[in-house]
Amino acid sequence: MSEERKRMSSGRTDEPTPVVAPGYTYSSVSEKISAIVLTRRTPRFWWIAFVTAFLFFLLLQVAIAYLLYKGVGIWGINIPVAWGFAIVNFVWWIGIGHAGTLISAFLLLMRQEWRTSINRFAEAMTLFAVACAGMFPLLHLGRPWVFYWLFPYPDTMRLWPQWRSPLVWDVFAVSTYATVSFLFWYVGLIPDLGSMRDRARKRFVRAFYGFLAMGWRGAARHWHRYKIAYLLLAGLATPLVVSVHSVVSFDFTIAIVPGWHSTIFPPYFVAGAIFSGFAMVMSLAIPIRKIYGVEDFITMRHLDNMAKILLVTGLMVGYGYLMEIFTAWYSGSEFERFMSYNRTFGPYAPVFWTVIACNVLSPQFFWFKRMRRNIPVLFAVSIVVNIGMWLERFMIVVVSLHRDFMPSAWGMYYPTFWDLATLFGSVGLFLTLMFLFIRVLPMISITEMRELVGEKEEKAAETPAGRER
Amino acid sequence: MKAKPRPPVYGLVAEFQGPEGLLEATKRAHADGYRRMEAYSPFPVDGLAEAMEFRRSRVPLVTLIGGIVGGCGGFFMEWFSATIHYPINVGGRPLNSWPSFIPVTFELTILGAAIAAVLGMLALNRLPMPYHPLFNVDRFDQASRDRFFLCIEARDRKFDPEATRRFLDGLRPVGVYEVDH
Repeated sequence: MSEERKRMSSGRTDEPTPVVAPGYTYSSVSEKISAIVLTRRTPRFWWIAFVTAFLFFLLLQVAIAYLLYKGVGIWGINIPVAWGFAIVNFVWWIGIGHAGTLISAFLLLMRQEWRTSINRFAEAMTLFAVACAGMFPLLHLGRPWVFYWLFPYPDTMRLWPQWRSPLVWDVFAVSTYATVSFLFWYVGLIPDLGSMRDRARKRFVRAFYGFLAMGWRGAARHWHRYKIAYLLLAGLATPLVVSVHSVVSFDFTIAIVPGWHSTIFPPYFVAGAIFSGFAMVMSLAIPIRKIYGVEDFITMRHLDNMAKILLVTGLMVGYGYLMEIFTAWYSGSEFERFMSYNRTFGPYAPVFWTVIACNVLSPQFFWFKRMRRNIPVLFAVSIVVNIGMWLERFMIVVVSLHRDFMPSAWGMYYPTFWDLATLFGSVGLFLTLMFLFIRVLPMISITEMRELVGEKEEKAAETPAGRER
Repeated sequence: MKAKPRPPVYGLVAEFQGPEGLLEATKRAHADGYRRMEAYSPFPVDGLAEAMEFRRSRVPLVTLIGGIVGGCGGFFMEWFSATIHYPINVGGRPLNSWPSFIPVTFELTILGAAIAAVLGMLALNRLPMPYHPLFNVDRFDQASRDRFFLCIEARDRKFDPEATRRFLDGLRPVGVYEVDH
């Protein structure tokens, strides 16, 4: 929000909620955030949620073990639908993984200070979502133990990856994304790890954070280089985010299957990724802020802004659906036309209509400020959008494949128990990692919150005339 | 370095309450002729590094080099393998089908630049450094919370245990502490 508008709105009665509740100082933000990990008792909620998530993670391990033993035949995939849940889950998870870096990098570059309190756990979310995503194409390989064949490594047969294949691009895009997301997250954590080290009282805990903090001591020259490196990472991560989901969409568009072979895919996939990613951030932020009592840091302002982003990206996704239908009609290709018809009225029609209801209709609530500030509505819509975006990928992957050119080659796809076990198991893995993260690391950036508190103090001290930057 | 006798202490450190106090003190110390000093704060303070005449950082250069190495290396790898080392005809496309090589080149550019930025930043900061004399100062754990420190190192030519202490006291700090090795 520009300074101009801020001042204008401050005259009105409905002043925007601040990004941090007033009354916090450098030490009280440090104390409050680090206490969640260091001194406060682990809430019972955490144990219940962690154990539940871990049980699902165990289910995933069983599913993977059985897959390795038996092969991909345990899934519902067949010919023509050779890409089933594994690819749906892959695209879904990697999409969710986009919001973290986007919040951290893009909003940092745009100087959106409201990002500060949600960036850390959004980044962690990205990391864990990418971990879940990266697993699926490998499991789908048929012989997952030779996954390293995808990488250029010196092998005795002098073989190289097929550089013209989008699947190889995908390997590079996803592994680069995982690496850069990790670096971004870790660099952001270093000063906080230093704070944790200095706050910790137990010897082992001190050593743990001390080891990870690498001897960070907040020297001015260090900060100088640190800030530059962090900004550069943000600048690098922003185009990377866009490229990753574009490359994921190439997995489809480079093929000639109707419903895949479309030029709208890269932007439409990126918008969808942001959409689902923000929905996931919201689904996580709403319970966390309540349980850990950090409503002062993750304020209504954050939820309100995220709801607006959901609305905008939801409209973009809706435009994507509309344009797919229009292009199918306008192309004059009978296969494209049939694909659209089959999608809307074929055997999988309920999927299409659910997608429309979840992704296009449900965010429309957010035109209204009352809805954007209603926690149950926000939470419900965010969950609905997560489901809708999963179904959208199901629609793209399965519904396009099951009836392509020749009716003699048509078929149906039904998920098996193992498909579902792998999907829910991956959710278990994601939540397990997420809960461990919340327990062990500061989920809100302490350093950046201090900066924010400092700026607030400075602003308050200055006269209104001096506020112009 | 080794020829010189090791000074008995690492330096003297003064504690301040706010970023303004620290910035002011750093400027005064620099004006007074101190060079080997370092300011410590719980969050980046604008102008602090500049007050110590630290302007140019080599992090951007390292990042650029990393990006160039990643991008050129990536493209070279693809070109070399597709045209020389393992030429294979895929759908009649030219061997050097460079547009198909761009996604991987792009990803490797970003990867190279990002890794160089992080490792470069750490290396230039001489991190990881598990031990540092300042950690011997009991109050220093507040540097990661809400206190601001200025340390004048004994290696400084102008450093004198008495005079420097008097100078630091004159900056109205919360306290001045000796830093053991």
